[in-house]
Amino acid sequence: MPASPSPQSLLQVRDLSCERDGRRLFAGLGFELAAGGALQVEGSNGAGKTTLLRTLIGSAPDFAGQILWNGEPLPGALSQLRESLLYIGHRAGVRGGLTPLENLAWYGADREASHRALEQLDLYGFEDTLCQQLSAGQNRRVALARLFLPAAPRLWVLDEPLAALDLAGVSCLQGQMACHLSRGGSILFTSHQPVALARLQRIDLADYAVAEESAGGEHALG
Amino acid sequence: MPSVEVPLLSGRNAPGFGALLKTELLLALRKRADIANPLLFFVTVLALLPLGVGPEPELLARMAPGIIWVMALLATLLSQESLFRGDFEDGTLEQMTLSPQPLYFAVLAKSAVHWLVTGLPLALLSPLLGLMLNLPAAGYLCLFVSLLLGSASLSLMGAVGAALTVALRRPGLLLALIVMPLYAPVLIFGTGAVQAAIDGYAYGAQLAILAALLAAAAALAPLAAAGAIRISTDS
Amino acid sequence: MEVSLAWQWFHRLGSPRWFYQKTGAWLPWLALASMVLLTVGTAWGLGFAPQDAKQGNSYRIIYIHVPAAFLALAGYYIMAISGAIGLIWKMKLSFAVMRAAAPIGAVLTFVALFTGAIWGKPTWGTYWVWDARITSMLILLFLYIGVIALGRAFSREQAADKACALLALVGTVNIPIIYKSVDWWYSLHQPATIKLTQASSIHPSMFYPLLTMVIGFYCLYAWTLIAHTRILVLQREWRTQWVREALEAGK
Repeated sequence: MPASPSPQSLLQVRDLSCERDGRRLFAGLGFELAAGGALQVEGSNGAGKTTLLRTLIGSAPDFAGQILWNGEPLPGALSQLRESLLYIGHRAGVRGGLTPLENLAWYGADREASHRALEQLDLYGFEDTLCQQLSAGQNRRVALARLFLPAAPRLWVLDEPLAALDLAGVSCLQGQMACHLSRGGSILFTSHQPVALARLQRIDLADYAVAEESAGGEHALG
Repeated sequence: MPSVEVPLLSGRNAPGFGALLKTELLLALRKRADIANPLLFFVTVLALLPLGVGPEPELLARMAPGIIWVMALLATLLSQESLFRGDFEDGTLEQMTLSPQPLYFAVLAKSAVHWLVTGLPLALLSPLLGLMLNLPAAGYLCLFVSLLLGSASLSLMGAVGAALTVALRRPGLLLALIVMPLYAPVLIFGTGAVQAAIDGYAYGAQLAILAALLAAAAALAPLAAAGAIRISTDS
Repeated sequence: MEVSLAWQWFHRLGSPRWFYQKTGAWLPWLALASMVLLTVGTAWGLGFAPQDAKQGNSYRIIYIHVPAAFLALAGYYIMAISGAIGLIWKMKLSFAVMRAAAPIGAVLTFVALFTGAIWGKPTWGTYWVWDARITSMLILLFLYIGVIALGRAFSREQAADKACALLALVGTVNIPIIYKSVDWWYSLHQPATIKLTQASSIHPSMFYPLLTMVIGFYCLYAWTLIAHTRILVLQREWRTQWVREALEAGK
């Protein structure tokens, strides 16, 4: 483990452990995510993949260990992290009462870019339909359209991005992810399905699982 | 897939407050039923009142300020529960917590729109209800102004309760229970102002206190609601 | 040196295990103190203190009503402060104290309301009177019930703790506003009536039994709060080794 993050390293995690409802999900987790790199988090259901992602973006604020963004530790550097963050979780973040164009506008996209992005995701002709009238798969694609906008934040954190996509959608998304990596972005994601990307790190949370608490787990704080 | 060489944006494009307000208003106006329901409730239950207490004009006139205010309060409470629920379920609330813009503004925008589609129509409807309850002439203007100011406070404070209960599967009456003690001072001063107007006294002080409560609510309630949203989305 | 010792104590205070083991010894003493004080105070107040000039014997209910009302309000602040400490310093123990204080405070508020009603009957002729004090107490009861209900509604303990702490703090900010506005409301609708305590003009022979009861109630509160917190600590730390050992040893 290098003592200080390498110059290109965006996100560095050391000895991270997370607890939820008194159960320790994982401990001793460490990795480094550099610009242009991708990291896939694997693990069975309930292993803590989503919790890990949410901890890294600061939504689940209780953790032990160190998370560094550009060399600065969280939670101090949280606002900088969030400036460069694009997060798509289980729930899409698509508002049913708005059209796809309006949804993307809320995320800061201009009309032309939105049109092109929606077209790439096979939503041409649906740009002005209310999202609540679209199918679940289409809604998912509207959410993913954020990834196809030209000005994209540096760090993508995606929770099961390939879910609910057909083969065409999967290859389209994989292509965009590769594109993002090639221009220096980073991707941190979970996926049950295999994803074909160059420079892909893999982490299995099972390697960091903690056995059922048998030793005294007394904490002085929290 | 062509690889487009564009420089990465270092900062995210967060919607400004005006854009937030516009989007919320757009969403609210598309849900016509949600706007009409509280108003219908308001009028319907008010029509039940004389059936319950008798039609004597003097009795109704004496009760009018309090009854109209309580009904307005209940109608606001009715629509409060859905303030964050839709956004919670589709993941937008979570996205708001990740935005570089402080959550305070998103909550403020939502509360402002809630007031525009709930509190403002109630205040506009209140003279009609005053008429139905034989409210003395001196009370109408004060009723309208006090409801205008008070309902804005109610919207803001209700947002705190809505944020605390948004993650619960069946919050039921919990929202009402939480928010009721917060509503009490607004109710007291609102009806106090109208009563003073009817009795011929000056009511400026009561309205000033309502305005002060509104200012305090606008400053503090969105902060509390933002904290509650973060707690609720961490589930 | 002083500062670091104080911090050390503060951090150890956050340890549920340390709390549980230390307070085990305190409980019997607190129980004894509260029993003694309450018995003495009750007998004194109900039996030996002189009759009131205006109200005769019925005023004696204040020996229960006043301490209960006092502690109901103080208890809310204790609950809110514990919640704040839990939020700021992330102490699980502080959250346990907060959750323990809620039902105790609610019961005390109820006792205050109930004794207020008993007091109302011979004095004003009705069991319930909407005076400023009673109405504020009623709203305080709703504040307590809100915290209790909110805590039980969350399935995750951590989220429940934080939500209750937030609600308790919101209530704290509102309590002065509520009390003041209810006072003002009452002054509009009724002339000034008998206050429940006229602290400055209360006769010493009535004051001392009241003081005894107040201190007795404080001891009772401390006893029940610590006992309830201990139970909650055991429930929350059930997975740890020391709890299993403590339960096996039958402590």
